[in-house]
Amino acid sequence: MAKVWVLAESAGGKVSSLSLELLTKARELGDTVEAVAWGADTASIAGDLGAHGASTVHDLGDLGTSLPGVSVAAAIAAAIEAGTGPDILLVGQSYDGRDVAGRLSAKLDKPVLTNVVGLAAGEPPVASHAIFGGATIVEATFTGSAPFIYAVRPKSFAAEPSGGSATVAPLSVPETGATNAATVVDRHVEERSGPQLDEAAVVVSGGRGLGEAANYAMIEELAKLLKGAPGASRAIVDAGWVPYAYQVGQTGKTVKPTLYIAAGISGATQHMVGMKGSKNIIAINKDQEAPILQIADLGIVGDVHKVLPQLIEALKARS
Amino acid sequence: MIGNAGDMNVVVCVKQIPDPANPGSLDANNNLDRSSKLIIDDSDMYGVEMALQLVHAAGSGEVSLVSMAPNGETAGLRTALAMGAEKAVLVSDDTLKGSDALGTAKVLAAAIKRIEGADLILAATESSDGYTGTTPVQVAEILGLPSVTFAKHIEVDGSTVKVQRQTEAGYDEVTCPLPALVTVTAGVVEPRYPSFKGIMAAKGKPLDQVTVADLGIDAAQVGGDGAGQKITNVTAAEARKAGEVVVDEGDAFQKIVAFLDQLKVI
Ligand SMILES: Cc1cc2nc3c(=O)[nH]c(=O)nc-3n(C[C@H](O)[C@H](O)[C@H](O)COP(=O)(O)OP(=O)(O)OC[C@H]3O[C@@H](n4cnc5c(N)ncnc54)[C@H](O)[C@@H]3O)c2cc1C
Ligand SMILES: Nc1ncnc2c1ncn2[C@@H]1O[C@H](COP(=O)(O)O)[C@@H](O)[C@H]1O
Repeated sequence: MAKVWVLAESAGGKVSSLSLELLTKARELGDTVEAVAWGADTASIAGDLGAHGASTVHDLGDLGTSLPGVSVAAAIAAAIEAGTGPDILLVGQSYDGRDVAGRLSAKLDKPVLTNVVGLAAGEPPVASHAIFGGATIVEATFTGSAPFIYAVRPKSFAAEPSGGSATVAPLSVPETGATNAATVVDRHVEERSGPQLDEAAVVVSGGRGLGEAANYAMIEELAKLLKGAPGASRAIVDAGWVPYAYQVGQTGKTVKPTLYIAAGISGATQHMVGMKGSKNIIAINKDQEAPILQIADLGIVGDVHKVLPQLIEALKARS
Repeated sequence: MIGNAGDMNVVVCVKQIPDPANPGSLDANNNLDRSSKLIIDDSDMYGVEMALQLVHAAGSGEVSLVSMAPNGETAGLRTALAMGAEKAVLVSDDTLKGSDALGTAKVLAAAIKRIEGADLILAATESSDGYTGTTPVQVAEILGLPSVTFAKHIEVDGSTVKVQRQTEAGYDEVTCPLPALVTVTAGVVEPRYPSFKGIMAAKGKPLDQVTVADLGIDAAQVGGDGAGQKITNVTAAEARKAGEVVVDEGDAFQKIVAFLDQLKVI
């Protein structure tokens, strides 16, 4: 029966929600679910990984100043060669997840199914992909032999604990040589207050319809009043109004809040693919034909410069 | 692979794609329909610009391009040549239809090997039409090179590339000895528009068109047969229905407040 490994990414002693989503799904795909983790203190995350279905955490230890991609791929490849590796590997479609998938794929000469948004058990499992901005769903699978590598987009599955626990087992990183020469010399953490964009119950995003960078303050204020996180379309990220971390969409964050408010955003397919899963959507756009109004639960045909200040005042008056 | 000391030679992977302004469609084999005229992927304009600026900063060297595209398409490469790149290698071959990221990487890696003295290889973090985001790392692994993905800033200092790599929390400063492969985000530089002079000059620049056989690659390794994956089903996604649409008469904010009340978010 299939052995599934999940790439467990963590930061500051906390497992990424994406990795927990993958562990939850992995339980349906095979009868052995194990995690691969690295970092200075894997013991502290093993509990969470075990609670989400991992029976073993293969611990690569502290990778020091190297980027994870090469080391993690080399360790997994070595396990596969030794016959102790996975039949199925799930990685997140994340910065490091893609590096691991790419390296491993070329090393093993095995393809990767990327941007997966659904997985159905099978031999091998069948992956679904949302294309054309989520208008079309394509199902695909592998034709060759295991191992099968899937790179899965965030928020494709809900993370649910299973109540298990995991044993930590060391997994050694073989000699990697010249390919592993990139060195992290410094890490910069950009401070953000309030909830994380991809975890907030309310997301308020602004787009080019705001007119100018200074008007983004309205988005931040509204987000704060609703205890939510501010987000953005790519147009205003590229224009330098807000950092990339704010971007929602195909090349940004995938969000599924209880409420998504889109102000001055047209609703390009690449934006919608990142927020279509929101439970409720409010859109404010002065153009009646804007595609975002076609998926909004409440669509306001109006000017953000009028509607947002009025809304902010009304909410302030109540609090 | 390092060329003459002091020279900075950069190879940029340039994907040519159907115009994203037009709605995409699938062909009879469920591959993305690429039969229309192709243009340079916007995402690769950043790599081309970055390469031009790095060569300029070094004082000597050149920017070369590699691309894999059907039907001998060169329009996108000509755009990059018009921006200032010196020469291009295009791999075009019927057997490449349906190639996946790994097959594409094998082809690009072989094409890059034809260009001598490459110090740095640039690609985009992901393409606009395929967006697997794995091709460049696969290229690096095949060529035995180190890689740094998600660059939002790049500098070259002698034989070292310094990269600000985007992370969930902010960014990491990463250094890497050359030769290396780096993928760039849209934040890395502002691409120039080709000038009229550039467009005219591009017409005379060398564009080497090769086939899979020329690269010495076994055709079974690439194309649809080499892809090792197949599409089993294509369906329309469930459409999200529009709800109430209200034209603002000065009181729309009250509608929103009522909606928020109903959701209990206030
Ligand atoms: C490969 C690729 C990946 C991409 N990834 C992403 C992604 O991850 N996320 C993303 O967002 N985009 C992405 N894009 C870009 C996307 O195609 C759009 O260009 C972008 O989303 C548009 O942003 P916008 O809606 O803010 O701007 P616009 O499309 O310019 O829309 C502005 C809207 O504001 C409205 N407006 C103007 N003035 C007012 C006013 N006073 N009051 C109310 N409304 C007003 C207009 O009617 C219009 O609908 C990607 C594109 C490509 C090719
Ligand atoms: N056919 C191709 N020709 C040239 N470069 C490519 C090709 N496919 C992918 N690339 C490069 O790899 C990047 C990532 O592509 P992808 O893996 O499709 O997301 C692209 O933005 C290009 O820089």
